[in-house]
Amino acid sequence: MTDTPYEVTADRRASHALAWLLLVPVLLVAYPPLYNRSDPQLFGVPFFYWYQLAVIPVSVVCTAAVYRAGRRRRSGGSR
Amino acid sequence: MSAHVVEIGVFVALFVAVSVLGFVAARWRRPSSMEHLDEWGLGGRNFGSWITWFLIGGDLYTAYTFVAVPALIFGAGAAGFFAVPYTIVVYPMVFYVLLRLWSVSHVHGFVTPADFVRARFGSPSLALVVALTGIIATMPYIALQLVGIEAVLKTLGVTGHVPIIIAFVILAAYTYNSGLRAPALIAFVKDALIYLVVLVAVIWIPAKLGGWNVIFHAADATFAKTPNPGDGSLLAPASQLQYATLAFGSALALFLYPHSVTGVLASKDRGTIKRNMAALPAYSFLLGLLALLGYMAIAAGTKPLPTGATLTATDGTVIGPKTDGNTVIPLLFDQMFPHWFTGVAFAAVAIGALVPAAIMSIAAANLWTRNVYREYLRPDATPAQEARSSKIASLVVKLGALVAILALDPQFSIDLQLIGGVIILQTLPAVGLGLFTRWFHRGGLVAGWAAGMLAGGWMLWKVPQTVVTAGGPKVVREHFGGSAFKLGELGFDTTLTVYVGFLAVVVNLLVAVVATMGLRAGGVADGEDATRSGDYEADAGDPQVHGLDVHLPESIKQEPVQY
Repeated sequence: MTDTPYEVTADRRASHALAWLLLVPVLLVAYPPLYNRSDPQLFGVPFFYWYQLAVIPVSVVCTAAVYRAGRRRRSGGSR
Repeated sequence: MSAHVVEIGVFVALFVAVSVLGFVAARWRRPSSMEHLDEWGLGGRNFGSWITWFLIGGDLYTAYTFVAVPALIFGAGAAGFFAVPYTIVVYPMVFYVLLRLWSVSHVHGFVTPADFVRARFGSPSLALVVALTGIIATMPYIALQLVGIEAVLKTLGVTGHVPIIIAFVILAAYTYNSGLRAPALIAFVKDALIYLVVLVAVIWIPAKLGGWNVIFHAADATFAKTPNPGDGSLLAPASQLQYATLAFGSALALFLYPHSVTGVLASKDRGTIKRNMAALPAYSFLLGLLALLGYMAIAAGTKPLPTGATLTATDGTVIGPKTDGNTVIPLLFDQMFPHWFTGVAFAAVAIGALVPAAIMSIAAANLWTRNVYREYLRPDATPAQEARSSKIASLVVKLGALVAILALDPQFSIDLQLIGGVIILQTLPAVGLGLFTRWFHRGGLVAGWAAGMLAGGWMLWKVPQTVVTAGGPKVVREHFGGSAFKLGELGFDTTLTVYVGFLAVVVNLLVAVVATMGLRAGGVADGEDATRSGDYEADAGDPQVHGLDVHLPESIKQEPVQY
């Protein structure tokens, strides 16, 4: 296939700068000994359960941050 | 059965309403013609954020999840909660990986992951391997959706095969008629119902039982009484590695499954996918709450329905009557809710089975059409012929699933699903890593795939199913008893277990790397890469992301195609 060059806009590359944030939720659950305990409890729910449920909003924040960073760079560019 | 009249009435009414919706879906966002795979199989490739959210959510959180995850918690405790870290890990990964697949697929008009592999590595054979792996892994998954419906019907006291055949005929008919639009539209109803049921359940049932404290105490007391040291509301030390590798491996497998790729490719731009990766964890939260229903069932004293068979160890010891764990959650609802709401809850499970079953059969059908039919049987197929081939293939796939459920022990489908997860993982180097690097040789990828399949099959074969009785652990089945492989089998001095799929994909990668180096050193010709680096970042509106008509053959290009 002939290679017609086209620009990969810099903003799309730049959004990768924050991409490491995506690793945060992964690392938080990757090592079960970290959270495999029952105390402290929350409303009678052992730590093991509410900790993992609590990582869910953290993952939302991280993913949203990466998405927004990509968008901000894009709209702040020459377009 | 008379006691369930109200439940059955509500259940049937909702089911019929949804079926009507499935047929009407063909008119929704109506294209000028359905006779094209982009329309029938990908809903016009134009789904926005909301539809995608419901579609992918409806796709990944199946009826089987609805009954099986809490059933796992009910039986084994903490180990069943792996579904939560699994869905935590999956979205950031999808965000990073499937975004690239979306871009390259829209530049080149790919419909399936195997289409991508074919272009990337210049190898129709590798694409065939990926396509067949996808089809084989998906079929038991469809069959499992029926297991979910069956569990509900059993609880309602409805037995016999007729109701499930009716449900499947309806499903097959509207998928044939409306393609991906049907599950996309039904997913709205499905999710609304499931959210309603789960939220009511996690507020209502703990209140009725006396609070979370009581629930977890009851669970601990029950697990303490069982002779099995592996169960409990915390993980046993030896199963922590299994927990993490199962979560991670399942997440990797999830986005390699053709049906999740279908959901992602049907969205209209990269922003839609990104927004969804941030919004989809709402379902994970729901799943976590749902899982805890297993403990509520323990506290409520729910007893699963017997299957009628007797559980016997391989040495002949009779352990007791066999029970169907999947009936636990339907029974809990029946026990706790007023009749009419039980009907709603059961309808939610059944409709929850229809959405993924439809998407899965469409995904498998697309693989068949693009990577077998058009590649090997009819290279000059027109888009209309492609669409027709997919429609028929979707019927065949569903029929196969139905026969599997009716003719074979449901346990067989569950075993096959377990194997399915392990084998779909073997496409990781070609599809997942292929999106990032072209380093692998096509021959190396095929060799790695074969090695991973063999290693995975062997390990699954070696896993026995054991039941711990008062007299010590008893083996009830010698082979295919689970996915937790004892590292001791490989000569390591440890009681640790690890997820089979994880080890198999490690073997796969090692062989792929070594074989690639060998083939390069031997100067064996490699395929040509038809993609360019910029393709992986392309977005809707970019010049290289063409309208839908570019890859249509000349013969029909003259006709005006309007989208």
